[in-house]
Amino acid sequence: MGDVTTRAAIEAVWRLESTRLIAALVRMLRDVALAEDVAQDAVVAALATWPADGIPDNPGAWLMTTAKRRAIDVFRARARHDRAAELLANELAEAVDDDPGAGIDHVEDDVLRLMFICCHPALSAEAQTTLTLKLVAGLSTREIARAYLASEATVAQRVSRAKRTLAEANAAIEEPSGAERAERLAAVLGVVYLLFNEGYSATEGADWMRPPLCDEALRLGRILAAIVPGDAEVLGLTALMELQSSRLRARVGADGTPVLLDDQDRSRWDAARIRRGLDALAEAEAVAGDEPGQYLLQAELAACHARAAASADTDWMRIAALYEQLVRRTGSPVAELNRAVALGRAYGPEAGLALADQLVDHPALTGYHLVPSVRGDLLERLGRHAEAAAEFTRAAAMTENARERELLEARAVAARAASVE
Amino acid sequence: MRFLCMVRMDEAQAAEAPPAIYQAMGAYEQEGRANGTLVESQGLLPSAAGAIVTVADGRAKAIDGPFAEAKELVGGYAVVDVHSRAEAVELGRRLVQLHLDNWPTWNGTVEIRQIAEF
Repeated sequence: MGDVTTRAAIEAVWRLESTRLIAALVRMLRDVALAEDVAQDAVVAALATWPADGIPDNPGAWLMTTAKRRAIDVFRARARHDRAAELLANELAEAVDDDPGAGIDHVEDDVLRLMFICCHPALSAEAQTTLTLKLVAGLSTREIARAYLASEATVAQRVSRAKRTLAEANAAIEEPSGAERAERLAAVLGVVYLLFNEGYSATEGADWMRPPLCDEALRLGRILAAIVPGDAEVLGLTALMELQSSRLRARVGADGTPVLLDDQDRSRWDAARIRRGLDALAEAEAVAGDEPGQYLLQAELAACHARAAASADTDWMRIAALYEQLVRRTGSPVAELNRAVALGRAYGPEAGLALADQLVDHPALTGYHLVPSVRGDLLERLGRHAEAAAEFTRAAAMTENARERELLEARAVAARAASVE
Repeated sequence: MRFLCMVRMDEAQAAEAPPAIYQAMGAYEQEGRANGTLVESQGLLPSAAGAIVTVADGRAKAIDGPFAEAKELVGGYAVVDVHSRAEAVELGRRLVQLHLDNWPTWNGTVEIRQIAEF
């Protein structure tokens, strides 16, 4: 095997193993930064020896043993002035001698703990997503920088600051249980969905979507479904992301412009993703209680669209009712805005506009471009073209996404033309 | 990127699969779910339950299984979502290795094909 092939193979092994490797090391070392460092050291050792010796039969166990040996060295060096480090070093050394490959059999618990740590409440939302991408998804600093249109230095700084915050909060030794565990799991789901949404409709930049981020989120969702089985919200989120991502390729025209739901060629929706999404939704419904959670409700909403063969077949009354449940559940003004859209489709634009008008001054929606965008759409359907044009122009000025801005400007021009006819 | 991985083997040999292989496959799939790479996987029934539709004299013609003349047949497939071909190859290598470890006389291949997207 040539050096280049071996390098690619080592990178592949790292991708496949890094999550559980780091997760197990965090459990053993109770230190996130050190866990990542010794895992990296093990990869460096692999790069030095595998090209000559070949890839071991069980590369994951090899990396684990090497990382643990490295951790023992670090603890022994610290032991000179730290009694606790000496104990840890001895404990680890015994474990390595007993069974060199051991330590990767509590995978589910370890990975969930790592996710809880990465989504720790002491971290900002930005730090949570960055750290999740780094430590759970196994992305490099460069890949994260590319995904977020940030510089590598910025991302590296964000990661090291986050690790410091975690150390100060003693995050690596917590074992959340009961209500706290539920809260932490909700935070993890929130981070995964945030990641997905950033890929699905990028809030800034030249591209309307960044599908690689959606892929990472889907992958994290699958990991969660495996390590937290039978949870209605985990399944709901998996279903939601599968169903939403089934429309990725239909959401963008050949020239990169966004294509709205009504105008999408539904034959381009990915049938395999829809099937997987509906399967996960059925599983979620089977385990859900009387009060469905927000991801299950959103998956139900996505399923309404997935099940409609044509835009005209959409069950807007059901969608409006589901949004009402979602608003009750989350109090989210964005869900309320979507309810206005659904009301407009189910019961006529006046009904939608009546609700949308109430949201104009909602403090949480200040600067949110979809408020004028939705109002523009409803006004246009009422034949109030001049007002519609003004709303689309306002919306265009508010969005940070270049593609979306072009679309809104085009709608403003069309509405203005209709107003002078 | 997504890959379709197809396990091909001699159908006559498939009938002699030792129980250990099923256990190992179960663990392999659980690992694939836990690291997020496994999108879906299915085992296939023997070709006796299937059919081949072919062209004979310029017309479509269906022939019921079993496909006696074929040497190796697809016995199962998985769709995996990974970052590189090397990663899909490593998953394939592990799959072949676990067959060798649990079924020393096994003789087959794993065909790895990238799924076209967009």
